[in-house]
Amino acid sequence: MLRFPAPIMKIHLAIAQINTVLGDVQANLEKHLAVIAEAKQSSIDLLVFPELSLTGYMLQDLVPTVACRPTSDDPIFKSLIEASHDLDLVVGFVNEDVRSRFYIAAAYLARGEVVQVHHKVYLPTYGLFDEGRFFAWGDAIRAFDTRFGRMGILICEDFWHASPPYLLWLDGADILLFTSASPGRGLNTEPQLESTRWVEEINQAYASLFTSFIVHSNRVGFEDGLNFWGGSTVFDPNGHKIAQGPYFEEALICSEIDLAGIHRTRARLPLLRDERTALVQRELGRILSK
Amino acid sequence: MNIDLSINPELARTILTGFIKSEIKRAGFSRAVIALSGGIDSALSYVLAVEALGPENVLAVRMPYKSSNPDSLEHAQLLIDQQGSPSLTIQITELVDPLIEELPGEAKVRKGNIMARARMIVIFDQSEAFKGLVVGTSNKTEILLGYSTVYGDSACALNPIGDLYKTQVRQFARALEIPAAIIDKAPSADLWAGQTDEGELGFTYAEVDRLLYLLVDQRFSPAECIDAGFEADFVHKVVERIRSNQFKRVLPPIAKLSNRTVGYDFLYLRDWGT
Repeated sequence: MLRFPAPIMKIHLAIAQINTVLGDVQANLEKHLAVIAEAKQSSIDLLVFPELSLTGYMLQDLVPTVACRPTSDDPIFKSLIEASHDLDLVVGFVNEDVRSRFYIAAAYLARGEVVQVHHKVYLPTYGLFDEGRFFAWGDAIRAFDTRFGRMGILICEDFWHASPPYLLWLDGADILLFTSASPGRGLNTEPQLESTRWVEEINQAYASLFTSFIVHSNRVGFEDGLNFWGGSTVFDPNGHKIAQGPYFEEALICSEIDLAGIHRTRARLPLLRDERTALVQRELGRILSK
Repeated sequence: MNIDLSINPELARTILTGFIKSEIKRAGFSRAVIALSGGIDSALSYVLAVEALGPENVLAVRMPYKSSNPDSLEHAQLLIDQQGSPSLTIQITELVDPLIEELPGEAKVRKGNIMARARMIVIFDQSEAFKGLVVGTSNKTEILLGYSTVYGDSACALNPIGDLYKTQVRQFARALEIPAAIIDKAPSADLWAGQTDEGELGFTYAEVDRLLYLLVDQRFSPAECIDAGFEADFVHKVVERIRSNQFKRVLPPIAKLSNRTVGYDFLYLRDWGT
């Protein structure tokens, strides 16, 4: 009789809330390896780095010069893929495809394999943002299997739209990994910036609406006058905040994800069970064909 | 219409001291220099720089002209004593008088600009001597209205207060316990006797900040501002003043000839590689 390994019910997760050097991939890689070493000490299972953690954010004309490929013969990814034998990793980078299109990308690495690569779909190109000028739009939203269960990765603006998290949810993801390099803006009398409040509220809403875990890894530091506010969070399927990183400071934020929480929440609140996907498809089809 | 420009001073303080530290250190420096006029804007920048870098790492430079208001010097000294940083006082009189003496008639604007640019020369020279970056002191109101001298008082290496309206500078300065005498006096460039900002501008900072907040931050159209209760003449005057001073806020245009031109498609942050 085949004995299957017992399913992993708890994930020791950590968020690498780091600052980066703008355009210096080697320096950033060294930082990744140092944080990975630290996380290993604390028996971390999954370590999530922010958006563009290997490159910095406001790259502009640096984009083509900092691109790499998530393969084991790539000089940058080689050591990260090696390191993933000890713990699963999500890292942010600029991906150059075979046709030399550049994407804001995140890779899930585990056990020496590149399990998933997500290309940022929504590229903000308004106000202070100019991503559409330098990058290609991703064109896929896909959940993927890990040894902990089915997950999805989204990058910053991707989760400023309700559709990608919704699609990942329908595609089977019970843990959504959000990575960002979010510039802080909106100073009023509140103790946090408006952009902080907005993101925390929607992360909580997604956790609640999808009865799923939401993990948000945001960077810190400055690039010219732009500040990155950190404040990484983890929300549980009840919409409760179970971890919160400091604002404006580097930190390794550890959180235990108890997967049994999904069972308990969905037994009480079966929103997933009751979601009428055929109706959605029908109505969306009707609306878009008008 | 209720327009509230209030800020959270603790949050502003965290972000702006972080900004100063980051921008100075990544450029390979550990120190700053600042032109301390005795006014509220340079007072605020100075206090933030001291908090970010430590008092021993900030050089305060007072640069009086023979006809400067003695209060300016005194107020600057009050701050220097409060913060405990090194300081210098360098008279600009002998630097500018040879030029000023050649000017016809009263020539207030020319005189004022010469003085502002002379101060720029001195502060950038001190920057080299002290090995500290020049921390700017222009606030958002004066930047938008163009109430500054190009390559004069607006020249700096980094500006921590350029996204704060004068109204917010006042609130922030109070929260940081900058001496009341500095906060409460009428803002003045002190380039000639009796000069005040509000006298020159023709309106108060309190009024114009409320309007700028709607026009700029909230993207109200001029018509929407008039509808919100502002005088039409005032709105049109301010709108035109913002537009006509854009040249003070951008690099001079370079004529494009090649496929890659600085200012158009040679795009890198100042923090490139750091």
